[in-house]
Amino acid sequence: MEDMKSSDETTPSVTRRNFIKGVIAAGAVASSSAYLFRAAILQGQPGAAGAVERLITLSVNGQDRRIDVMPQDTLAWTLRYKLGLTGSKLGCDRAECGACTVLIDNVPHYSCSVLAQTLRGKKIVTIEGLADAASGTLHPVQQGVVDEQGFQCAFCMPGFVMATVGYLKTNPNPTRQELAHGISGNLCRCQDYDKILTALMRGAEYARRG
Amino acid sequence: MANKLVGTNYSTPDLIAKVTGKARFAEDWRVDGMLFCKILSSPMPHARVTRLDTSAALAMPGVKAILTADDMPGPAAGASLGENVRASAQTERGLTNEPLYEGEPILAVAAVDEFTATEAIEKIVIEFEPLPFVVDPLESLRPSGPNARTQGNVWQRPAPAPAAAAGRGPANPAAAPPPGPQIVVWKWTEDDFDKAEPGQMPLGKFTDTFQFGDVEAGLKKADLVLDETFMTQSSSHQPLETRTAMAYWQNGKLYLHGSTQSTVQTVNSVARWVGIPPSQVVIISEFTGGGFGSKIPGSIFMAIPALLSKKANAPVMMRITREEEHFIGRARPGILARVKAGFRKDGRITAIDMYAICDNGPYDAVGDANTAGVTISLAFQPETMRHSVLTVLTNTPPKGAQRAPGGAQGIGIMEPIITKAAKQLGLDQVDVRKINAAAGKAPFGAPAANGRQAYVTSAFVKEALDKGRELFKWDEKKAMYSGKRQGTKARGIGVAVSNFSAGSIGFDGLFIIKPDGRITFQSGIGNAGMYAVFDVHRVAAEMLDVPWEQCDVVFGNTAKHLPWTCASGGSQTVHAMTRAAHAAAKDAITKLQEIAAKSLGGAPGSYKIAGGRVSGAGGSLTLAQAAKKAIELGGKYDGHELPADINNFTKASATALAGQGLMAVAKDAYPRDGQSRSTVVGFALVEVDTETGHVTVVDYTAIGDVGTVLNPRGLKGQIFGGSMMGMGHALTQRWAYDQQYGKALARRFHHNRPITILDIPQVYEADAVDIADPETPTGVRGVGEPPVGAGYAAVMNAIADAVGHDIFRRSPVTADIILTSLENGGHWVHDSIRAHV
Repeated sequence: MEDMKSSDETTPSVTRRNFIKGVIAAGAVASSSAYLFRAAILQGQPGAAGAVERLITLSVNGQDRRIDVMPQDTLAWTLRYKLGLTGSKLGCDRAECGACTVLIDNVPHYSCSVLAQTLRGKKIVTIEGLADAASGTLHPVQQGVVDEQGFQCAFCMPGFVMATVGYLKTNPNPTRQELAHGISGNLCRCQDYDKILTALMRGAEYARRG
Repeated sequence: MANKLVGTNYSTPDLIAKVTGKARFAEDWRVDGMLFCKILSSPMPHARVTRLDTSAALAMPGVKAILTADDMPGPAAGASLGENVRASAQTERGLTNEPLYEGEPILAVAAVDEFTATEAIEKIVIEFEPLPFVVDPLESLRPSGPNARTQGNVWQRPAPAPAAAAGRGPANPAAAPPPGPQIVVWKWTEDDFDKAEPGQMPLGKFTDTFQFGDVEAGLKKADLVLDETFMTQSSSHQPLETRTAMAYWQNGKLYLHGSTQSTVQTVNSVARWVGIPPSQVVIISEFTGGGFGSKIPGSIFMAIPALLSKKANAPVMMRITREEEHFIGRARPGILARVKAGFRKDGRITAIDMYAICDNGPYDAVGDANTAGVTISLAFQPETMRHSVLTVLTNTPPKGAQRAPGGAQGIGIMEPIITKAAKQLGLDQVDVRKINAAAGKAPFGAPAANGRQAYVTSAFVKEALDKGRELFKWDEKKAMYSGKRQGTKARGIGVAVSNFSAGSIGFDGLFIIKPDGRITFQSGIGNAGMYAVFDVHRVAAEMLDVPWEQCDVVFGNTAKHLPWTCASGGSQTVHAMTRAAHAAAKDAITKLQEIAAKSLGGAPGSYKIAGGRVSGAGGSLTLAQAAKKAIELGGKYDGHELPADINNFTKASATALAGQGLMAVAKDAYPRDGQSRSTVVGFALVEVDTETGHVTVVDYTAIGDVGTVLNPRGLKGQIFGGSMMGMGHALTQRWAYDQQYGKALARRFHHNRPITILDIPQVYEADAVDIADPETPTGVRGVGEPPVGAGYAAVMNAIADAVGHDIFRRSPVTADIILTSLENGGHWVHDSIRAHV
């Protein structure tokens, strides 16, 4: 809370001097403030809400990733701009389209609507983490998409695939209608839904076969 | 042929990248030192910037540059803005000091991050002088109605108005283009408005009219004459990927990572928008997240990061938000129409007298109103027709080509009238479509100066209707459901016939047989989800009898030496580019035969290409050996000499690739008699809940008359996607405006909701008549656009069958419309002529 207060104070007019004063005043955790201080000098610019910037560790696709996240950074932003994982797409940035869907502790979430700061200790899986890292073998759902030529432009594809992988964990043997309901939080504007369902049902079948 | 590729399913080579998240769309590129930009856009529908002070913003640490309208080049008059739309001297420039719609970009700030750029925008001092505005075209036509622009309110072609072209390229390419339209002040009289009955579209003077036959005589001899008013809505394209772009400069060249439907054709557009020669533009667009007509040659807003990058001397990423996309991302123009149509007892249409007002938005004239008439004239082959149009400017976001621009609206307007007539005449709906169906070299559109109409290359609509009738089980469903209610559920069936342009000609094919025997196809087609970027090359692979696994496709980057390629709009690509692929494959076959004859003796014509070899009397060579030989021979064989008739763009690419193997390069110079147009017929079964007004599409069947089927799965997906876009028009999608303040009320997906996975028909069938088009060597025509009108109108017709023809006078047919009409004894009560309510 100390941090948040300080953030409010420093936001309106941020100069480097104010920023540094803010950091000191906030009495931020030594290690992260040092990191921030250094980063600000290196980049020649302060982060606006600087004092609550934190170096945190996120578990992404089975790896611990240490990153500097701002309090307003969403998971989608963090994945795309801080971890180089651009597979999760921003289609609306406000929980309408589902293109940014990832798994958090096996549950599909819109990563545009989750703050990265809240995810310490959670396991995040993105589209980049689905295939077997060593062999490159695709996840069964991915293989279903490839075999059935699911999706057209595929901007929505990562979100649909992640939503399906998550849904299948709760219902491994869905009907076409059940699967449609399970992934109805995702939009495809090519509206290739018929082929998408065929492909994802094929993927579900592959997953059951193991 | 051992390697049958045309008409067989396969998985496109980009799928692994797509499904593993490695595919890079415009926002997925990163460059060292990349800045971010944010846009300041107009809060008002029409205003003039009277004061602008950016000093406080520029003084902020991390702010690198600000771009205003004064930094933009003049209007790129003549540039293509997509199907049927050409830029005029009044065109948009990307940024403006006189915003003409809410959300129009005024300036852009580049900073080290978006947070800083956003803060900088807050520090900009800007003042506006509000100007008169209008969001409803009809209001603008009133004697004292406001004009959307200071110059006027209507687009008019300078007199004498030539008969409007059918939409695609002119029959004679050498003919000078018609003079561009101009903005004029155009008002109707109070009397014009007073003469219309409540809910009926008034009729004043129109700017353009085409006519064939004696319409008055046609109406006079009719057994039934209907006079109907109908309004189609404006609706945004909403591609899932917004028009985000990233730009940087290297050695004086602009490298632009953007979202476009057409890789090669975007070079010239960007060059004009940025104000530099095309030779200095490199477009990188490997993956595009949908366009639907809104990104045919990219987007004018690509100029913003391009010019900001130059000004800031650093790469600039411009992320476009969903809400910004609503305003700048283009939309289909709504059309208010009135149609008087005459029918014979047997359902044959004797006359159509149609009047259409197009809600154009503030910028260049879209051709939708005219195309609506052209499309109707082909779909229903009326004996006589008069089509009068008015393209009215409004202070709403700019309109553009949206998947079957004008065609979908035309079918949406006319189809319910035909359904009503068939009902009144006691005829079967499919029979009425058949008696009016286009066949063979069917005429359509405005007559040319010699009085003759254009005609299509071929039409097999009756065959499509027969096939659909059977597949959909029309007669069975008619007996079972038509007009019958079970409790609160009313079921109904509908059929609709929809066509659109489906092919252009004259582009180039280019590929290389490499010394390792692999074939590299150079593809200048955009990769926006239609698969054409890969599909068309399978024609050439099949002609050379080469397995697809032995082929590579180079695409998505104009620095990679691509051939002159059509724009991906107007469903022209698979037609145009299979022809080009065919021409290039023929060139390869000739060269292989000549190389074999030179190496092994005998006449070139005695050699055949099959099974990876060129074989004849003197023995055989593998393709790899022939490729090596081509490099030895040089000249035309490896691309050091090029055909004279290919485009200069192709020449430059081929020259850069010369010496790498056997080069196949040729222009599509095949003849074509007629205009290529495809038809899709749609059949829908809907269930209307008379208590909630909810409409469920239960079954949907669509049949394409689209020539030879190139990629069956792709075809089925295109027909489905297009049909769903049409169903969105029938059921859910619309704009709404605050009429008092000109502010958009529908700005995001959930305000203007597209069809979701829960709305789709429970049963979907699609097929094609699969009859080759006789006027193209591959038999293939396009399919992307005609399904939209079919899905749109078939669903509306089915609703009419379920609950009555008098229920709706506008689309979308919402639950509210259905319920209030049903409560009113089945007679419409909603506003039928006001736009965006």
